[in-house]
Amino acid sequence: MRVDEIMIDVENLSKKFGDVTAVDEVTFHVNEGEVFGFLGPNGAGKTTTVRMLSCLISKTSGDARIAGYDINNTDDSLKIRKLIGLVPDNVGLYEELSAYKNLDFYGKLYECNKIQREENIEHFLRMLGLWEKRDVAAGAFSKGMKQKIAIARALIHEPEILFLDEPTVNLDPESSKMVRDFIMELKKEKKTIFLNTHNLDEAQKICDKIGILNTKLMATGTPEELEGSVWGNKTVIQLEKVNDMILDELNKLSLKKIIYDNNKLTIDVVNPKKENPIIVAAIVRAGGQVQYVTELSPTLEDAYLKFVR
Amino acid sequence: MKLWKSWVIASKDFSVFRKKKSVIYSVILIPLLMSIFLPFIIGSAGMKGSGVTIAEFASLLNSFSFFFVILAASLTTVIASYSLIGEKIEKSIEPLLATPTTDKEILLGKSFAAFLPPILSIYIGLGIFMVLIDKMTYNTLGYFYYPNWNIAIIIVLVAPLASILSVELGVILSSRVNDVRAAQQLGQLIIIPFFGIYILGEIGYISLGINSMLVISAIMLVVDIFLFYISTITFRREEILTKWK
Ligand SMILES: Nc1ncnc2c1ncn2[C@@H]1O[C@H](COP(=O)(O)OP(=O)(O)OP(=O)(O)O)[C@@H](O)[C@H]1O
Ligand SMILES: [Mg+2]
Repeated sequence: MRVDEIMIDVENLSKKFGDVTAVDEVTFHVNEGEVFGFLGPNGAGKTTTVRMLSCLISKTSGDARIAGYDINNTDDSLKIRKLIGLVPDNVGLYEELSAYKNLDFYGKLYECNKIQREENIEHFLRMLGLWEKRDVAAGAFSKGMKQKIAIARALIHEPEILFLDEPTVNLDPESSKMVRDFIMELKKEKKTIFLNTHNLDEAQKICDKIGILNTKLMATGTPEELEGSVWGNKTVIQLEKVNDMILDELNKLSLKKIIYDNNKLTIDVVNPKKENPIIVAAIVRAGGQVQYVTELSPTLEDAYLKFVR
Repeated sequence: MKLWKSWVIASKDFSVFRKKKSVIYSVILIPLLMSIFLPFIIGSAGMKGSGVTIAEFASLLNSFSFFFVILAASLTTVIASYSLIGEKIEKSIEPLLATPTTDKEILLGKSFAAFLPPILSIYIGLGIFMVLIDKMTYNTLGYFYYPNWNIAIIIVLVAPLASILSVELGVILSSRVNDVRAAQQLGQLIIIPFFGIYILGEIGYISLGINSMLVISAIMLVVDIFLFYISTITFRREEILTKWK
């Protein structure tokens, strides 16, 4: 991996508000074109982290670089802000102004020229299905529509990196999907995306990498890695009836752990492909009637709950 | 420092103000009413051959024109609180701070936005006031009373400095108050010292002539510079996001 591919590089980053430690020694990195999901309960420090990385608030200690620029350097912080787009947890539109004017205002502040502004505003408003409503005051929009405008606002200057703080929290399932699809489109354009979310399903669907935060960073990895880290493989076998003979036979196999209830055995296995046939053979030997065999796979939710508890 | 960015921010605020009837009414209507009402008082009471000396007349007009200074201070707080606390309440301050804009550019933009509409409106009001007074007094005096040095100092120094004072007070207030109305009401306290000066002028303790105007300007300049310093400390990205409650 080339170093210059790392777009967000965070090392031992901490933030204290007085006595409260909001973010504690967090280390992770996000590569170019990756979607990084930041999961964590309320008050975990997600928003605080995003604000530090967007150069809105200062760090207490540690280091972070965005596309090679130092978040703690005043000159760099302007460059960083130009390079990133931020969708904050509160949309914060100017309610009296039209959708178009809201976007145009930000286009100017992001130093886009007139043509770029016109093209991008039309492009994003059409993409989000709001072009027809461009002259309607933002205050008259629904929460979901406002959220979409806030996303368009963050993209108006075609940033390399996009920070989204719980972007689908107010949206109906259809709009959420639209936002997710939109994020996937951006990913195709090699944009780097940092997504704060509570929504495990969403994280699983679109994130390449996930960090689980609870003031400290409890775990990072791909969704699969995190799921796998919860427990090993488990095999579930439904029998017609569990009896002592079957259990005796299984105990001879020196398996790690066997739980049974309602004639259902849940067995910890190390290598299911090799062990499952042996287990089933043992059961059959003991006269057991196997109804079905399934694998029990941990979900991201299991991983999440394990790490935040 | 990119001044054009401050201007973009101020222009955005002007568009927002245009949609707010209360802002439009207070900023445009009050100076306008004042500019007609004050000459009307002079016309009906002062100059009807009731033996008012030129000196008494001048002192009356000086205190009347000082009303516009009070107005400059008072109207600016209304706009300044609106412009800053409005952003805070609508939470639009965070995306604004996320743009590649410096704190100073934003503060300057917000100051333009709060300063320009009231001051322009005051200037128009003063213009009408002067024309009306001249019209009413030309025959008696035999010359145009306005423009004169006194009003020139008010236009160039006293009114703008009073308005700047209000802007800075508005910035400092906005960091502590969460409610537009509360800030506007607190901000109105700024007129107390000005009213004090006005009363002192009325009872003849001080004159509101050229010398006093220059002294008042000098004092305000010092206070303005001091408050400017305080307001730049208050108006820092991190303070705004984490301490402005
Ligand atoms: N301005 C502040 N002053 C003091 N404490 C703060 C401030 N901002 C955040 N905190 C504290 O820092 C911690 C992290 O807050 P943060 O908003 O980053 O969490 P979050 O993960 O975004 O939560 P949520 O899911 O609710 O948005 C919390 O304990 C919060 O109370
Ligand atoms: Mg948050």
